[in-house]
Amino acid sequence: MVSTETGPPTGTGVHSPGRAAVPQRQLRTDRWWLPQLATVTGLLAFIGYSTWRAFEGAHYYAPPYVSPFYSPCLAANCVPVRGGADWTLFGDWWRLSPALLVLIFPLGFRLTCYYYRKAYYRAFWSSPPACAVPEPHTRYTGETRFPLILQNLHRYFFYVAVPFAMILTYDVALGFRNTGGEWGHAGLGSFVLLGNVALIWAYTLSCHSCRHIVGGRLKHFSGHPVRHRLWQFVGRLNVRHMLLAWSSLASVGLTDLYVYLVSSGAFGDPQLF
Amino acid sequence: MTYQAEFRVWRGDSTGGSFESYRVEVHEGEVVLDLVHRLQATQAPDLAVRWNCKAGKCGSCSAEINGRPRLLCMTRMSTLSPDEPVVITPLRAFPVLRDLVTDVSFNYAKAREIPGFIPPAGLGPGEYRMQQEDVERSQEFRKCIECFLCQDTCHVVRDHEENKSVFAGPRFLMRVAELDMHPLDAAAEAGLDRRATAQDVHGLGYCNITKCCTEVCPEQIRITDNALIPLKERVADLKYHPLVWLGSRIGLRRKD
Amino acid sequence: MTEVERYSYDVVVVGAGGAGLRAAIEAREQGLRVAVICKSLFGKAHTVMAEGGIAAAMANANSNDNWQVHFRDTMRGGKFLNNWRMAELHAKEAPDRVWELETWGALFDRTKDGRIAQRNFGGHEYPRLAHVGDRTGLELIRTLQQKVVSLQQQDFAESGRQDQARYEARLRVFQECTVTRILKTRTSGGSTTGGRVAGVFGYARESGRFFTVQAPAVVLATGGIGKSFKVTSNSWEYTGDGHALALLAGASLLHMEFVQFHPTGMVWPPSVKGILVTESVRGDGGVLRNSDGRRFMFDYVPEVFKGQYAETEEEADRWYADQEHNRRPPDLLPRDEVARAINSEVKAGRGTPHGGVYLDVSSRLPAEEIIRRLPSMHHQFKELADVDITREPMEVGPTCHYVMGGVEVDPDSAATPGVPGLFAAGEVAGGMHGSNRLGGNSLSDLLVFGRRAGLHAARYAAELTDRPVIDEAQVAAAAREAVDPFDETRIGDGPAENPYGLHQELQQTMNDLVGIIRRAGEMEQALDRLAVFRARAARAVVEGHRQFNPGWHLALDLRNMLLVSECVARAALLRRESRGGHTREDCPGMDRNWRRADLVCTYTGDGIDVTRKENGRIRADLLALFGREELARYLTPEELPLATPGPPQQTDDASDSQSGAGQ
Repeated sequence: MVSTETGPPTGTGVHSPGRAAVPQRQLRTDRWWLPQLATVTGLLAFIGYSTWRAFEGAHYYAPPYVSPFYSPCLAANCVPVRGGADWTLFGDWWRLSPALLVLIFPLGFRLTCYYYRKAYYRAFWSSPPACAVPEPHTRYTGETRFPLILQNLHRYFFYVAVPFAMILTYDVALGFRNTGGEWGHAGLGSFVLLGNVALIWAYTLSCHSCRHIVGGRLKHFSGHPVRHRLWQFVGRLNVRHMLLAWSSLASVGLTDLYVYLVSSGAFGDPQLF
Repeated sequence: MTYQAEFRVWRGDSTGGSFESYRVEVHEGEVVLDLVHRLQATQAPDLAVRWNCKAGKCGSCSAEINGRPRLLCMTRMSTLSPDEPVVITPLRAFPVLRDLVTDVSFNYAKAREIPGFIPPAGLGPGEYRMQQEDVERSQEFRKCIECFLCQDTCHVVRDHEENKSVFAGPRFLMRVAELDMHPLDAAAEAGLDRRATAQDVHGLGYCNITKCCTEVCPEQIRITDNALIPLKERVADLKYHPLVWLGSRIGLRRKD
Repeated sequence: MTEVERYSYDVVVVGAGGAGLRAAIEAREQGLRVAVICKSLFGKAHTVMAEGGIAAAMANANSNDNWQVHFRDTMRGGKFLNNWRMAELHAKEAPDRVWELETWGALFDRTKDGRIAQRNFGGHEYPRLAHVGDRTGLELIRTLQQKVVSLQQQDFAESGRQDQARYEARLRVFQECTVTRILKTRTSGGSTTGGRVAGVFGYARESGRFFTVQAPAVVLATGGIGKSFKVTSNSWEYTGDGHALALLAGASLLHMEFVQFHPTGMVWPPSVKGILVTESVRGDGGVLRNSDGRRFMFDYVPEVFKGQYAETEEEADRWYADQEHNRRPPDLLPRDEVARAINSEVKAGRGTPHGGVYLDVSSRLPAEEIIRRLPSMHHQFKELADVDITREPMEVGPTCHYVMGGVEVDPDSAATPGVPGLFAAGEVAGGMHGSNRLGGNSLSDLLVFGRRAGLHAARYAAELTDRPVIDEAQVAAAAREAVDPFDETRIGDGPAENPYGLHQELQQTMNDLVGIIRRAGEMEQALDRLAVFRARAARAVVEGHRQFNPGWHLALDLRNMLLVSECVARAALLRRESRGGHTREDCPGMDRNWRRADLVCTYTGDGIDVTRKENGRIRADLLALFGREELARYLTPEELPLATPGPPQQTDDASDSQSGAGQ
């Protein structure tokens, strides 16, 4: 650290004229970059894995388990899932992996999610890299213009995320069959799917937009006791939105991996009852 | 329990300055402000620092300790490493006056731009009736002690001086949220839509919810989750709702 | 001569706490141009420290409450020394002042039916304190601050110009400025007596530049004097500025011997010394122990309370669960008794290493229960002191909290008799609380008398036909006085004094010799030392320049602290009885003859003069609110009404003693 006298700053940001003439751009002594590094690592790992799996177009159905990446199926080229959400909304002209048709919705939901926004603005765009650490950009307009103004559409992705979560729940129910299609059986995979869908629901319902819709928009809670209760419930989940965002992201990937392993024959699903 | 600590305190004014190094004795249970006072009483009588209650209730002694915006009175020495120097600078988002004292008039100017509580017509003093669950949200925001650490840390203005004219900062966007959630605020009746002004006048769109305001808040107000994001959602109700948007395009106004 | 910036307003308010802002709002709403001058940033006043609430008989929690009951509680709390007219106005007007805050946006905690919730507090017969959790003072300040801003917005909008200065056209806050002198019109001979208020002289802390504000009316709202004591819950601003300014302008102070000490302030670690530990710690099961581990309060139950308090630890412990059939623990004796007991234990060598006693709740309640019942205390110790009160006992001792004494004012108009144009409200004004203030009565006092001061200052200013002209000789003298500390040549060969060291010695002296328990000999010793301090303060020298120089600020504040300390010491020496916030070891009893006496301090030009003055007779209809038997305890036989129908009987002797601060 220099202790020589520094003249008035003439730069930008923390070196704007008038501000204290501190030569260092930032003085944090802790490992402020660590959370950002973890975010980058985690998200890149997921993106890498999911891209591979989404384009693969195979090993997503290991009866009775269907991978969350491939449900619902909207194309004609899916492996038939017994009793599954198998709607041929797209014709047989769709030649690519059917996952690509559905993954854009959860992707949009997470991309516009208030937590993920914070995470990638910080980690990928350094805006800011960490609190009180200057960002490298010369100009900043936040979410005031295109394209980032579209982040305001988060709630519409939430609306879509709810039926998706319902379909995955339905898939979980289907998972409580044996390979022969008889109900009342379960393997380890049934519980993998169940755990995943629980986290998906918790993440979806803990969404800030959801909190607003169920009650946050009201001026008077006292006139709407049920919505107030719902708002409080969502609020309690919302406190853990970050935790749920990561754990549901991990569980989706791991569930898909589980289906992949079983489907590709690398692992036999232990039958529990 | 007593030890010698090295303090590096930025001394100077708007014409420039430098870090001054001091050795100072630290006793058990002290906070950084105690040490600043000891410096004043023993080595640097003219060291300028703003403080008041020394109990975390007034929000005067805001500064940056080891690069992090903190209250001097709420930073215990026991949380800092005794072997490393304690580096103190004034708030770095505002113009410096002298040593650790900055010119925080930006905040007072922003406060004035937000229309205050508008009392409902027809209700006299003593006639107000509000339920506890209806006042609780705004009460959380009214815990604010106006230390302006959130204003200081927010990169929108900290890193971009030019945004100061268009952005009110977390503290004052929270004030808009507080009023918009006040159960008896009659802004709508007076023709004021606080959601619209939040976006158009106070610069809510500049916020990219990176949560530094919440991280530094000494009152643990959940500024981002409870004030800024709900306000963004309220703005979305008004401005980014397809029907409302379509209506405004064809000259209709949706009644709320 | 040094350069001095000049301003002109109709009313100047010195201080921007609850009383000052309320006065400013009122004067502005009367249509006058108002300047508010405060030492801190706008919105940081000491009022934010108040936790308990605002006492106002709104009868939301108990419909039997009314202003008469509130008046009665206040008089009992002050041991009948209160200015009864102030206590009456206060009790009558407090509800309106609270309700008005709601129309300015305040959000108090609510009752089930949506009205303002009210809580119980020591000395108040019914639940009476409007509150917001434990941050009522902050809500009060913020509401008044935002009201000021909205008035400024009105002025801005009316001006129709996009000029920032228009915001401050009629109401301007001069923040971080200190007033060092009240300026008066020129009198023959330039004495402190005579002349009208013509404005104030002060300096901007930030730049060190001098300024005057010419104004016919000045409202003092500067708060208290706690910074003259070593252990205090008060902030640095509490240097008795208003008290001293009034004295120097020729006004008088009364009741200065009454200083409230709260028995349980934090004593360790040093960084938090003096910060309050709320009474509810003891109410919820916390007990006081000395260094031998003994619950010493059992040894200190005074004769008058014998039989009302538990005599064994077992009985005391049962009380927490069953208050009907057991007597309360002596840990819950009146504040002055507890403070005295702690003092004695420490003096007898049974204190903690840091000079307090232990307040232990950790061995009494499970950790979760402590956190549930005392969240703010748990947080306060954790955050500020790194002490976990669920694991270890707290160390506590008495802390200087509030001064009952202050500027003598007319109860209706808050005007000082003898200095036309000078008004005072809030803690700086005296009389309202008598010898001891009830918790919660402080915030209501600020609002009621802040408004009255603003109103009457505005009326006074509006009715004047000629604007008083500032005496330039006084400006020059004030400027000289203010730059003196930089002038090392003025002290000749003697040693230069460090203002910080001097301040610490003063605090130590007041704490040790004019503190919670007083003796004639010690106070005489204190007066001797004060005389020495005064001489040494005249030789205080500071380094550096005038721009935001805390050493210089302190050097100037020392004058005020010394004046006020002398008032406290002289009045305390004179009052040969113990009453409320004044405890004489050598005169332990309360004396009815002393109730008739107000001790009045004036400045003679080089020292403080204290005189005894008869106070006015309490109006008959107000006396009729008390039972004759109770009155006989306070009033001399001649003062007693001849034969009154004895309406409400006082039921609880100890009620007034639970009284006290905003905790």
